Amino acid sequence: MTIEINNQPYDLPDDARISLLDFMRERLELFGSKKGCNQGACGACTVLVDGERILSCLALAAQYDGRSVTTIEGVANGDELHPLQALFVENEGMQCGYCTPGQIMSGIALKSELERGAPSNVSADLTVAPRMSRDEIKERLSGNLCRCGAHNGIIDAVAAYVGGEEQ
Amino acid sequence: MTVAKPLPHDAATLHVTGAARYVDDIPTPADTLHLAFGQSTIAHGTVTAMDLSAIRAAPDVVAVLIAEDLPGANDVSPSAHDEPLLATGEVHYVGQPLFIVIARSHLAARRAARMGKIVYDERAAILSLDDALAANNRFEDGPRIYRRGDPDHAMGLAAQTLGGAIEIGGQEHFYLEGQSALALPQEGGDMVVHSSSQHPTEIQHKVAEALNIPMHAVRVEVRRMGGGFGGKESQGNALAVACAVAAQKTGRPCKMRYDRDDDFMITGKRHDFRITYRAGLDDQGRIIALDLTQLCRCGWAQDLSLPVADRAMLHADNAYWLPNVRITSHRLKTNTQSATAFRGFGGPQGMVGIERVLDHIAHQLGQDPLETRRQNFYGATGNGLTTPYGMEVRDFILPDLIDRLVETSDYTARRAQIADWNADHPVLKKGIALTPVKFGISFTLTHLNQAGALVHIYQDGSVHLNHGGTEMGQGLFQKVAQVAADRFGLETSAIKITATDTGKVPNTSATAASSGSDLNGMAVKVACDTIRDRIAAHLAELHQTTPDQVQFADAQVIIGDHAIPWAEAVQTAYMARISLSATGFYKTPDIVWDRIKGQGRPFYYFAYGAAVTEVVIDTLTGENRILRTDILHDAGASLNPALDIGQVEGGYVQGAGWLTMEELVWDDKGALKTHAPSTYKIPACSDQPEIFNVALWDQANREETIYRSKAVGEPPLMLGISAFLALSDAIAACGPGYPALDAPATPERILDAVNRVRL
Ligand code: FES
Ligand code: FES
Repeated sequence: MTIEINNQPYDLPDDARISLLDFMRERLELFGSKKGCNQGACGACTVLVDGERILSCLALAAQYDGRSVTTIEGVANGDELHPLQALFVENEGMQCGYCTPGQIMSGIALKSELERGAPSNVSADLTVAPRMSRDEIKERLSGNLCRCGAHNGIIDAVAAYVGGEEQ
Repeated sequence: MTVAKPLPHDAATLHVTGAARYVDDIPTPADTLHLAFGQSTIAHGTVTAMDLSAIRAAPDVVAVLIAEDLPGANDVSPSAHDEPLLATGEVHYVGQPLFIVIARSHLAARRAARMGKIVYDERAAILSLDDALAANNRFEDGPRIYRRGDPDHAMGLAAQTLGGAIEIGGQEHFYLEGQSALALPQEGGDMVVHSSSQHPTEIQHKVAEALNIPMHAVRVEVRRMGGGFGGKESQGNALAVACAVAAQKTGRPCKMRYDRDDDFMITGKRHDFRITYRAGLDDQGRIIALDLTQLCRCGWAQDLSLPVADRAMLHADNAYWLPNVRITSHRLKTNTQSATAFRGFGGPQGMVGIERVLDHIAHQLGQDPLETRRQNFYGATGNGLTTPYGMEVRDFILPDLIDRLVETSDYTARRAQIADWNADHPVLKKGIALTPVKFGISFTLTHLNQAGALVHIYQDGSVHLNHGGTEMGQGLFQKVAQVAADRFGLETSAIKITATDTGKVPNTSATAASSGSDLNGMAVKVACDTIRDRIAAHLAELHQTTPDQVQFADAQVIIGDHAIPWAEAVQTAYMARISLSATGFYKTPDIVWDRIKGQGRPFYYFAYGAAVTEVVIDTLTGENRILRTDILHDAGASLNPALDIGQVEGGYVQGAGWLTMEELVWDDKGALKTHAPSTYKIPACSDQPEIFNVALWDQANREETIYRSKAVGEPPLMLGISAFLALSDAIAACGPGYPALDAPATPERILDAVNRVRL
């Protein structure tokens, strides 16, 4: 049983009860994904599995046998920041930074969800692909809490990354 | 000049790559042990028997510690020595730590902590303000009372009077990084502690007392916190002390991190208040008499409740001249978590009280509340400039600031449009409110207004910077680095920002009271200038000129018409055996305060701001949202406008969250029922106002603060009061009555108020 994390293969743990987040943080010393609540309500632990975002605190590592996981440590290209990472710096999308890894992983996934035409709670017309708008972005980021209130910078960064029509 | 530049957060690149380390991210040795507290399940009573054998036998458990096992002081209180780390017989709230489980993993410790068999002799719990008042269960011997003039006599002369009450709920800090600590035992019984704390010196102090060793044997390091908001001023003590005690007992590294639910259950929150008021007005609607009573629910231990309640009294005036006033403050003791510091430190509750009074007066007079506010401002026609506690308000910029905000936000026209809109819309109603903030800057415990710094310059010209302030996201480290860079004429990249460390700067105050940049910026400036003066004196001598001819700019040292690169100047000084290391120290001047009399100058200066918020409510469901927010905030001559605007936005959001959606609910047995993000709602991206304009009022501080800037951590939180009063305004559009809205203004409360005003 192996899992790929940031293009590196790892053996999955023997204990099937360990969450993906604990597996990464406690066994692999991949500390980039944060534990804000450990109960699926804050988004700090967001990672991508084959490009889709999941909450790694609610996922068992063993469920992802053979799958490919991307964490915040895996999105930059060497020393070159991922465009969304650079936009977070540019737009002051952080204060304490604890929510930042999760926000960025959500932002990356959100763009492909929108491109794929997946609707959200605020999409007016379910028969057509949602228009990219600030409202769509705000809604789709609402699972990633930020207690510092850096929302404006976060939304600006993700809006610039997603591009498209601005309202 | 590196100051006044909008530079990003010092660790921005580390944050976006996930490389920024918090306590829970420090790689630990393989033999590290993990801790969890066993907690009381009742609110009040005595423990008659504690059978912990199942815990000791549980898998991966190494040891269990009870109060009797502690080697030194069993106390984690920041003030009155009334807060044992582990209960000794009597328990005072649901969640109180009773024992420590030490295990090989975090999960094993938490799991085992539930296996204790505790027998209690349960007693009646005092939970509410009314219970505590009836039982006279309080801190201090009676209420504190500040008075000016003769409010009773003036009330009798009033053209009209009004009265009412407001309930103001508490607030959970919900720092996204929960409380955590790691203790690493050293040779000779020394201890190194990493703690997510705003107050490393207090951690050091409490750990030393608990281990029965001198403070010099304990070193505490804090690189950063994932949010603090006051919740890490005293609430980290328990974890750090538990880890240190366990590490001393076992000789192994020990780590403790509260699971989110435990964090909610164990730690203190913002104080909830009830404020009752009776105001007497002259025939123009000016307050000539005011009688305010603040009931403050402090929880079971004193913690920081006295200065919090004092600050609530000191902000009972906010921006208004109160010629005859009595402020009575009851600090009530209840069987709940020990309420503690939270951004604003009582100031917000005090300010909500008086803003409510102004809103109520405007409603009674049928005035635009902004007019009511203006005519009651300090310094308005016929009004004085002295606070009820005798401090002169010397730079009352609010009238000008508000004029500008009224203009940029188009307040007057929008207010009229909203009235029209409401006339046409029976179900949805809009509301708008403009509220001011005047917030006093300084610790009211005068001796805390001091700070230290340590600056080294190495032979290659690189600079190592250290000071007593802690970084929790507010951008303190970057602002202070900008000061250091400016003193030496360097870019901030030449300055290494280092973790707060009790071994480098001793006897520091908590990073609190918005004082971080004011105090530490000044201490760093002093240290830098000491070294700069030494280098200047040496180079002046070499070039046969006077030190005042030596300038530091653009990574060069300029001596008359001669310029040498900074690194070369440093090397020259080193070769000449000039000391390139210095400490700096600063204490705030001119403050004096007698908290019993309620007289003096507790604050060095005031920070100001104002916000306009527009909201819409659904009168059928109570649902609501913020449509637009405009803020103008005074940060003096800002050290870093980008970081300051971040503080203003974040403060507003947190303040509006407190007053509109964040609701703490305890059941009738005293158990907190909203102990996780699933039941406790904080503002999210989707709650962000559609239009959100924030600007800084760019005017130098009249006092001699660091580069004439002003503190900006707490004051913007109170801008959120405008969201609360905008909701009240929307409700008032539903009928003739006064909404008398309580906080938080949840949909249920809004619905109740809508029904109330229609009667
Ligand atoms: S830690 Fe996973 S959602 Fe909060
Ligand atoms: S930056 Fe602190 S929680 Fe988002």
